[in-house]
Amino acid sequence: MSTATAPASAPAARKPATMAQALRQALHDALADDASVHVLGEDVGTLGGVFRITDGLTKEFGPDRVTDTPLAEAGILGTAVGMAMYGLRPVVEMQFDAFAYPAIEQLISHVARMRNRTRGAMPLPITIRIPYGGGIGGVEHHSDSSEAYYLHTPGLHVVTPATVADAYGLLRASIASDDPVVFLEPKRLYWSKADWSADAPQGVPPLGRAVVRRAGRSATLITYGPSLPVCLEAAEAGRQEGWDLEVVDLRSLVPFDDETVCDSVRRTGRAVVVHESSGFGGAGAEIAARITERCFHHLAAPVLRVAGFDIPYPPPMLERYHLPGVDRVLDAVARLQWEAN
Amino acid sequence: MAHLSPPSPAAAGPAKRSARPAKTPPEATGPGHTPPPGWHPRIDPAPLLPEPEPYRLLGTPAARDVDPALLRRLYEELVRGRRYNRQATALTQQGRLAVYPSSTGQEACQVAAALALRPQDWLFPSYRDTLAVVARGVDPVQALTLLRGDWHTGYDPRARHVAPLCTPLATQLPHAVGLAHAARLAGDDTVALALVGDGGTSEGDFHEALNFAAVWHAPVVFLIQNNGFAISVPLEKQTAAPSLAHKAVGYGMPGRLVDGNDAPAVHQVLSEAIERARTGGGPTLVEAVTYRIDAHTNADDATRYRDAVQVDQWRAHDPIDLLERELRDRDLIDDAELKAVAESAEALAARLREEMNADPVLDPMELFDHVYAEQTAQLREQAAQLRAELDAEEDR
Ligand SMILES: Cc1ncc(C[n+]2csc(CCOP(=O)(O)OP(=O)(O)O)c2C)c(N)n1
Ligand SMILES: [Mg+2]
Repeated sequence: MSTATAPASAPAARKPATMAQALRQALHDALADDASVHVLGEDVGTLGGVFRITDGLTKEFGPDRVTDTPLAEAGILGTAVGMAMYGLRPVVEMQFDAFAYPAIEQLISHVARMRNRTRGAMPLPITIRIPYGGGIGGVEHHSDSSEAYYLHTPGLHVVTPATVADAYGLLRASIASDDPVVFLEPKRLYWSKADWSADAPQGVPPLGRAVVRRAGRSATLITYGPSLPVCLEAAEAGRQEGWDLEVVDLRSLVPFDDETVCDSVRRTGRAVVVHESSGFGGAGAEIAARITERCFHHLAAPVLRVAGFDIPYPPPMLERYHLPGVDRVLDAVARLQWEAN
Repeated sequence: MAHLSPPSPAAAGPAKRSARPAKTPPEATGPGHTPPPGWHPRIDPAPLLPEPEPYRLLGTPAARDVDPALLRRLYEELVRGRRYNRQATALTQQGRLAVYPSSTGQEACQVAAALALRPQDWLFPSYRDTLAVVARGVDPVQALTLLRGDWHTGYDPRARHVAPLCTPLATQLPHAVGLAHAARLAGDDTVALALVGDGGTSEGDFHEALNFAAVWHAPVVFLIQNNGFAISVPLEKQTAAPSLAHKAVGYGMPGRLVDGNDAPAVHQVLSEAIERARTGGGPTLVEAVTYRIDAHTNADDATRYRDAVQVDQWRAHDPIDLLERELRDRDLIDDAELKAVAESAEALAARLREEMNADPVLDPMELFDHVYAEQTAQLREQAAQLRAELDAEEDR
């Protein structure tokens, strides 16, 4: 969990920026600061990526640093392994969540275990950026929440930003990490805006630390990535019901910040885990189990999960029925056995 | 519908294709009937085609052009290699190795691959290529660490520029391409040589690696050891290509076909390919036609899928015999030298026996040390649990 330091410069005026712009800035600054950083993927060069996260980077750093690869995900990640073996720090872009699957064998059998199987001699500092999740009206194969596949694989970090500032900070930290990082970008937040300055981005957060986004006393909503705005909105709406909800943004699924999560749950005594990927065998199952194991005597109610249904991701015309929204979150909060108090 | 089913390879016999229609279109009769816009011939495929039959040196006049010192060196390594294979297989029977995929019969490929490389080059072995790894200078006992049942590769890949032995078939090939690409970008004089089996050529990673290599013009050489089988499955069930070397043409790189039991021939073809890569000529695909004399591993029963006649035919084309004949016929080696080679091989085997018969010291706590650069809180907890279990075991 190495921590990158943000470039020190005079604080500049903060103005609205999108998550996409912050991600682009992070790639730009990493390329500028460290000659071993290389960006590769499908359409990342001339086009600037289908989401424009690499816009203009080939022009500035040249096609050897920011490279349009042949269309083959296993090949992209597999060659990145070899580049990392030679001392480079590749940042790989997978075009969409579901199109990262061809690279799974390289990821599980090599990327995740090379450090271990070489007894530390050959770490692989590779960042794998994957736009993930639904809510953008994508047709099939363009809206998967694939985090559970990755977090089950020892040796990988699994990181996902939910805010504009974190998009910059966590991506810089991921690229600086000497371990491989699966960096999941919530694509429906790409165009979310916040006041943020590209010239003086906030400090780079360490990987593996969650953060309390909203303090509260009644119950804790634990979430990450695309579901953070839903939870914050639910927390606001919950005030009308008399609930004062705390919201924890995990930021890293691996390593998992038991400390921040348990601190919060021990204070509030109630917890709901919220994510849009399918519930069965998902991140929420692990999180609920961990909370129960560690905080059982502080709990006034079972830990509940609000997740996508256990169905293939639905078509754009029906996805709103699948995605957890404010109502589903508040319904879960309502089931936290308040009457027992 | 019968005409829609592909001919069964057995029924079809040696590929006999009906004549194809003429490939050059007749002159267009009207205006506007031109080739598709934007189409133009890209490269001439003819120079990329492999040899019509496997290239050989031994027993041909060209063998006289090979440096006798190289022939002797190859011979010594072949003999040592065969002895190493035999000893390692014996160690599996004694429970000292968990498994050993022997390369007996393929020693010429193994040794030539290692000797064709210079120190700055990299070798990317598959799981069967322990011998190549050892011939490149990795410690013969350390090279067996994973096969012994330990958890790590046993050697630092950077020390001798040897990537870890790779079991998921063909997945090491894109690594070789990426490393070669990185070396080229750095302006370094480094070539990567990646080994793969005939079965491995059916994997998607084989295709992707070759395609990336050619597009990137990466200084990488692929060596297919076509030993006839992927465990039990013969080449006919693996591919319908004219040869595995022909696959190169589709990627835009040269294919070479070589007798994989002719050590100097393999050495020469690989050296030429490495030189080509080094001087900016891009990648080459080499198919070495050889044979796996032993079963797939010590755990396999090869009599279930191949007959002894075939094995005998290949024994008559043995890489050590072929080279020894050349050396003897031309008086390039004498009895004393032959004896010294045999003794060197015995010494290697003795060392292997001795060191492998000592119980290795394994620390289970180390299983938690290299999963991440820094142990996570979760791994610290789990390590503490195992520590407590170990302590309780000791107290008992
Ligand atoms: C991806 C993958 N699939 C299956 C296997 C199991 N397996 C191990 S060796 C082997 C046959 C390999 O044949 P070939 O590539 O010709 O190499 P050889 O064993 O002849 O050296 C198989 C199927 C594997 N190791 N990796
Ligand atoms: Mg084979």
